[in-house]
Amino acid sequence: MANKTAANGHGGFPWKHLIGFVLSIVLTLFALWIALGTDLSLTWILIIIFGFAFLQAALQLLMFMHVTENSTSTKLTGRVQVGNILFAAFVAIVIVLGSVWVMTAGHAKHDKHDEPKTENHGEHGGAEKSEEHGSH
Amino acid sequence: MAHVETHDPNTPLEYRSETGRLNILGFWIFLGAEIALFATLFATYMVLTHRIADGPALGELFEVKSLLIQTFLLLTSSFTCGLAVHEMRRHNVKGLMLWMIITLGLGLGFLYFEIQEFLHFIHEGANIGTSAAWSGFFVLVGTHGAHVTFGIFWVTMVLIQVAKRGLTPATSAKVFITSLYWHFLDVVWIFIFTAVYLMGMVMHHG
Repeated sequence: MANKTAANGHGGFPWKHLIGFVLSIVLTLFALWIALGTDLSLTWILIIIFGFAFLQAALQLLMFMHVTENSTSTKLTGRVQVGNILFAAFVAIVIVLGSVWVMTAGHAKHDKHDEPKTENHGEHGGAEKSEEHGSH
Repeated sequence: MAHVETHDPNTPLEYRSETGRLNILGFWIFLGAEIALFATLFATYMVLTHRIADGPALGELFEVKSLLIQTFLLLTSSFTCGLAVHEMRRHNVKGLMLWMIITLGLGLGFLYFEIQEFLHFIHEGANIGTSAAWSGFFVLVGTHGAHVTFGIFWVTMVLIQVAKRGLTPATSAKVFITSLYWHFLDVVWIFIFTAVYLMGMVMHHG
C-alpha cells in the first residue's frame, strides 16, 4: 500500500527511534564541545551549533513524530503536516532574526540619552545614519 | 459514520476513525502555532540578553552539569515516548503503559532539576525582576517548563483512560496526540539548549 504508516508501524525492533536517539545525543554533545571546547570564532560557533539544533529538530520530527506520515490513503495529510511545520519554522526564523536585527542593528536610536530631540520624524532613517558612525 | 470505511488492515488504530485523523492533523497545525508562540519568546530573550542591569550576566550562572542532566532527561523521555507509541502500534498495551510511565518519570526528573536550577539562580541574585535579560530567560524557559508540567498531567489522564477503556481508535488517537506534544517539548528544548544556554556560556566565556 502507498500508505506509509503501514510499513513502519508494525516492525519488531524500533530501529528508527534508536538511531534518532543516538544521533540526538551525538549532536547534543558535539554542539556542547564546539561551543565550550574549541577556539573557533563566535560566528562559526553560532553557525555550527544552530545548524546542529535544526538538524536535531528535524530528527525528532522525522524519526519520532513521523511528520511525513499520512493518516489517509492519499498523501495529502503528510504534505499538509510538513508544509505547516516548514511554514511555522519560516515564521519563527523571521520573528527571531527580524527582531534581533531591528533591535540591535542601530535602528533603536532612542536608546541614546544624549540624542538631540528632533521634531522631524519623517527623516529618521536618513538623518541619523551619519551620526551612527560617530557614536561608539 | 454511515459508510463503511475501507482501510488497510495494517492502518494504526489512531488513524481509523475520522475524528482521530482530523484531531491528529489539527494538532499538527496547533504545533505550528506553538512554534510561533515560542519564537516570540525566543526573539524577546535574544533582544534583551545583554540588558543585565545590575544583575549577574546570564552565562555567569549557567552550569554545564545541570544543563546536561536536564537535556538528557528530556531527550531520553522523548525517546521512551516514541517507544511507547511503537508498542501501541503493536497493540501492546502493557508496553505502551510501561514506556509512557517511564516517560512521565523522566519528565518529572527534568522538572525537578529545572526547579532546582531556578532556585539556584534566585539564590544567586537573579530572579524574574532582576533585569530584562533574566525576565526574558525566566519567561522563555518557564513557559517551556509550564508546558512540560501540563504535559505530565495530560499524559497521566490519557493513560488512565487507556487503562479503563483499552486501546480503541479514540484512545489511541489521544495517546498519539500527547506523544506529538511531548516530542515537541523536546524540540523546543533543543533550541533553549542552543540559543539560551550554549550561547549564554559562549558569550560569557569567549
